[in-house]
Amino acid sequence: MWLNILQGTIEQGLVFALLAMGVYLTFRIIDFPDLTVEGSFPLGASVTAVLIINGANPFLATFFAFIAGILAGMITGIINTKLKIAGLLAGILTMTSLYSINLRIMGRANIPLLREKTILTIIKDWGLPERYISLIAFVIIVLLVKFILDYFLYSEIGMALRATGDSPVMIESLGVNTDNIKILGLGLANGLTALSGALTCQYQGFADVGMGIGMIVIGLASVIIGEVVIRTSRIIYATLGVIVGSIIYRLAIAVALQLGFAPTDLKVVTAVLVILALGAPALRRFMIQDEFAERLLEGGASDAET
Amino acid sequence: MLKLNKVHKIFNLGRINENHALKDINLVVPKGDFVTIIGSNGAGKSTLLNLVAGTYSPESGTVEINGQDMTSRPVYKRAHLVGRVFQDPLKGTAAEMTIEENLSLAVKRGRPRGLRLGLNKKRREEFRRLLALLELGLENRLEDPVKLLSGGQRQALTLLMATLGDPEILLLDEYTANLDPKTAVQIVEITGRVVEQGELTVLMVTHDLKQALEMGNRTIMMDQGRIILDIKGEEREKTTVNSLLGKFSEKSGRELTNDRVLLQR
Repeated sequence: MWLNILQGTIEQGLVFALLAMGVYLTFRIIDFPDLTVEGSFPLGASVTAVLIINGANPFLATFFAFIAGILAGMITGIINTKLKIAGLLAGILTMTSLYSINLRIMGRANIPLLREKTILTIIKDWGLPERYISLIAFVIIVLLVKFILDYFLYSEIGMALRATGDSPVMIESLGVNTDNIKILGLGLANGLTALSGALTCQYQGFADVGMGIGMIVIGLASVIIGEVVIRTSRIIYATLGVIVGSIIYRLAIAVALQLGFAPTDLKVVTAVLVILALGAPALRRFMIQDEFAERLLEGGASDAET
Repeated sequence: MLKLNKVHKIFNLGRINENHALKDINLVVPKGDFVTIIGSNGAGKSTLLNLVAGTYSPESGTVEINGQDMTSRPVYKRAHLVGRVFQDPLKGTAAEMTIEENLSLAVKRGRPRGLRLGLNKKRREEFRRLLALLELGLENRLEDPVKLLSGGQRQALTLLMATLGDPEILLLDEYTANLDPKTAVQIVEITGRVVEQGELTVLMVTHDLKQALEMGNRTIMMDQGRIILDIKGEEREKTTVNSLLGKFSEKSGRELTNDRVLLQR
């Protein structure tokens, strides 16, 4: 049983690693706090589910989910750069619209995919051992995406993307339209998020309009855990860190469940985790100051004795 | 060749804090000229540079580079012609990226960027050769993130990047002001070498009057949005820091007030 739980946890971690890579792209690479993911994750699931129940090839359905996510992200980018609306608000606006749009796409709040053809059932038909199908499929997909993303971030455009988050004034003075680059980055990030949603719905067997709630915090938690585990500014290790972070996050959640937390408590657990991680430098400063003050007092006392 | 024609720049036009920063500026800088620009605070020196770079566009008048009208083109659309070094050493480089990655960004100045890898063996070798010219040992640190470099090293790297990809004009905006004196001297030396190599037209803003007379071949003095003095050749060679200060009060009716300038008197 333990092994089953562990395997399931790792599978979930892998699926959500795609979402975490999207969040890594926005929060870390282009330095944009993008909340669109809360809408593009269920968008990916909706598009996939609707296409699949209407008989489309699951691979094609997943691909279209990716494209839909790209479009959603680009809309946030356009609202932010062309209409000069703050990034956080731009994301919220797109996310809110996507709730209605997702309901329109699905026609109802929930679509089950029981007995439908999915990527996973197709692979099963290739004759792989049934128990490991999801694991194998997700490892391959996630690694493939990781390597493509790595390559992209080392390409000429990808480097311009990284520089846009790092030093926008400089990259503009080198001839890059930072507005367009931001739109591209947000598109890609939400494409990855939608891909994550597309795989999640095929893995869980349903798409639900509410499945995006809390995704931003989950993605952020994964990115931060990854950074703690693998400290580096090199892209190839950073993206690996994001995947590892996503898996560790799922393991932590599994442990929390075993400890008796109700599944509905997990969002607050995750949020506290992120607050602690992001607040750690400030907290540490408090503690160091206290320690320093104590040592000063002690030192003063011993000086007085001698 | 840079040409500013009847340029006016007004900030906050029509509002209570309206500021007429540049007034009827006419300036022609032939290719290869190295112009140093001096003046008190608020004279319009940096605004002038920003107009050439494209950060601002003028309320009236035209800006031409190589005969092309650049007046309302944004920064990224004239980057192929204009390289720039900022006063803040942190602004000109991407801190999290490596030295070689920063250079590879600069190599593609103003040209389309594709999905090819930004770095390859040939480019790395070229970068090593260029960095060796700086004589700072950076040629052995290609893979170091730029955040590990000192302010002076970063400014030297920015200078090199600003001249990569064949720009016509180099803008230097008090680029040694935030450096310690020894490093500043080193950067000035490097500037000489780099500019000579690229046959660039240079506009340099400085508070250091001595530097303004020693570097380049032409000096412009600005005051309250106007060019009040423009000297070159023999006249400039005879000018000293003290006669420059005299000329300022003669032309503007005031003393050249600037804490940094005063210190050097």
